[in-house]
Amino acid sequence: MSLIDAARVALRAIGGNRLRSGLTALGLIIGVSSVIVLIAVGQGTQKGITDEIEGLGTDLIFVEPGSSSDAATGTQGAPGTATTLVLSDVDALATAGIPGVTDLAGELTIDAQVITGAENVGASVIGTTSEWPFVRDAVVGSGSFFSIADVENDELVIVLGAATAEDLFGDDDPIGESVRISLAGGRVTFEFNVIGVMAPRGGADAAEFDAQVYVPVNSLISRLGFLRNAAGGDVPLSQITIKTAPGTDQEVTKQLVNDVLLFKHAVTEPDFEVQSQDDLISAASSVSNTLSLLLGSIAGISLLVGGIGVMNIMLVSVTERTREIGIRRAVGAQANDIVKQFVTEALLLCAAGGVVGILLGVGISVGLGGRELGGQEMTTVVRAWSIALAFVVAVGVGLVSGIYPAVRATAVDPIAALRNE
Amino acid sequence: MIRLDGVTRTYGSDTSLVTALGGVDLEIGAGEYVAIMGPSGSGKSTMMNIIGCLDRPSEGDYHFEGLEVGRLPDRDRARLRGRVFGFVFQSYNLLPRLTALEQVELPLVYQQAPNRRRRAAEALVRVGLRERIHHRPSELSGGEQQRVAIARSLVVNPRLVLADEPTGALDTRTGEEVMHLLTDLVEDQGITVILVTHEQEVADYAYRTIRMRDGGIVEDTARREPATTNGATPLEDGSPLDPAAPRPLDREEVTPRSVEEIPPRSVEEIEA
Repeated sequence: MSLIDAARVALRAIGGNRLRSGLTALGLIIGVSSVIVLIAVGQGTQKGITDEIEGLGTDLIFVEPGSSSDAATGTQGAPGTATTLVLSDVDALATAGIPGVTDLAGELTIDAQVITGAENVGASVIGTTSEWPFVRDAVVGSGSFFSIADVENDELVIVLGAATAEDLFGDDDPIGESVRISLAGGRVTFEFNVIGVMAPRGGADAAEFDAQVYVPVNSLISRLGFLRNAAGGDVPLSQITIKTAPGTDQEVTKQLVNDVLLFKHAVTEPDFEVQSQDDLISAASSVSNTLSLLLGSIAGISLLVGGIGVMNIMLVSVTERTREIGIRRAVGAQANDIVKQFVTEALLLCAAGGVVGILLGVGISVGLGGRELGGQEMTTVVRAWSIALAFVVAVGVGLVSGIYPAVRATAVDPIAALRNE
Repeated sequence: MIRLDGVTRTYGSDTSLVTALGGVDLEIGAGEYVAIMGPSGSGKSTMMNIIGCLDRPSEGDYHFEGLEVGRLPDRDRARLRGRVFGFVFQSYNLLPRLTALEQVELPLVYQQAPNRRRRAAEALVRVGLRERIHHRPSELSGGEQQRVAIARSLVVNPRLVLADEPTGALDTRTGEEVMHLLTDLVEDQGITVILVTHEQEVADYAYRTIRMRDGGIVEDTARREPATTNGATPLEDGSPLDPAAPRPLDREEVTPRSVEEIPPRSVEEIEA
């Protein structure tokens, strides 16, 4: 029997019992579409995270303090809790002349309330230096960022993020107005003079950047004596951000940053962490890849269940069609003709289910994209490989679930088959 | 053409062995028209199934055209069924979803033969179903369905047609039509026809009647002239008691094809 004849026979058998064929294929349709949808959700999550990290600025290297440790109790704090990273580290790195480093800025981040006469909003107060906009590719919308002199002279000047400015002043021009920074539940407040407003950031990290306010790091520290590093009276930092020139080998830069800081801190084991953006992306990717894999595996189980359904129906179908098999055998069908017939039938059923499942899965994925779900916007990314994977698995399932019943069918003795009334 | 030597067919295990056929010896020449008669359980259908390669003998040899086919691999037996034998069954054994044309095409599909459609249509015209070519079994009368089955057996130009109770499900008139068709196969085309029946009227069409009981042949009667009318008495000039009656083994004059001197070595040679 030629393949075309086998396909014709299979199509007729599938068409002859539409309801059953449809229900059988449904298991596969659900399996294939859920594989595609869940992988799209997983990949979408990954893309969201990656975009956000990339949105922080390109070619950045971040240095964070290590974890705090208490020699007496032996307790180890979370990364970033130590006060080992200080403002003089920024100078040390700047003067070290590390190749590829174009700009760098220290940041001290404190969550605080920003208050005007009428408004009171929460914001991250970033104490930093005048290099910050260059490092972070941030654009000043109106007024100006503070200068080196402002930093050195502990000037009480502040630059507002776009969203914070909007919240505090609405359509009014905030330049020249004063705002109060309130810390520790209002027990500590300082008044700052607004000298600039950042342009809206846009992109994945817009919400974060636009809600920040920027003050000279020295101004912040001089008002917050309790934050001073107990050991040296230096200014502790939350982070140093280093911008590298395009094409710089970040691994080399990271190593040099590491060496400079080890020497500066006079330690052998780093009490800080140096990470490039690639590190952050790959860490985040590995998390979301695991998520994709997990989601895909769950969907894979439904595909497997669908496949078992196909095998079940094919077995029933072989039993029901004992007589048909006998007749075909009597008129000259070889055992492999019978195998071909049933395998083709299972394959076509699964391939059809696969195609419908792909259409459905892609449709649902595209439909989900951009929708709010639990207050979060869903990002879905349909990957060609997930479609290929789902289809190949569906057809594979068809092959496997068709072969066993088909072999069972050939074991049917032609005469026993004909006797079956 | 056909030679059975001590063919036995048993069913079941050692503890409950049922012998359907017990050591049958039989020869049937090319161009013969044989009726096998006997009560239910006499082994007549079992013997026909073995001859048709639908079943295998438990013991003994079955030579077809000189080739031992009882122990051939399934593949070769399927070839024989598809290309050399034609089958007609009591319950027609048509596939419910196929049209008459597709039913008749079926053996050709498995041979991957050319001109399937045309050959199938011609076979249907030969059995008088020109107008019913695109009907499904449910739209055909019993007689028409049996004629479709005959067309299906004819389409491969078989050497041997095996008919198991071909009129069993039909009324007398349509049964007669079917028997005329089968008789024409022998008389016009020289095809060997073996039919199983328990109706004397049907057996009377054949040239030779084999009676079976309890898995063995109890009577083997040959007549020179084919029965042409219903109700002809079979023992007129062919009584087994009559020593002058021609025995099947020495009836050269009713064997249109010569007996093969050199046995074929393969199914392909039989098909040739």
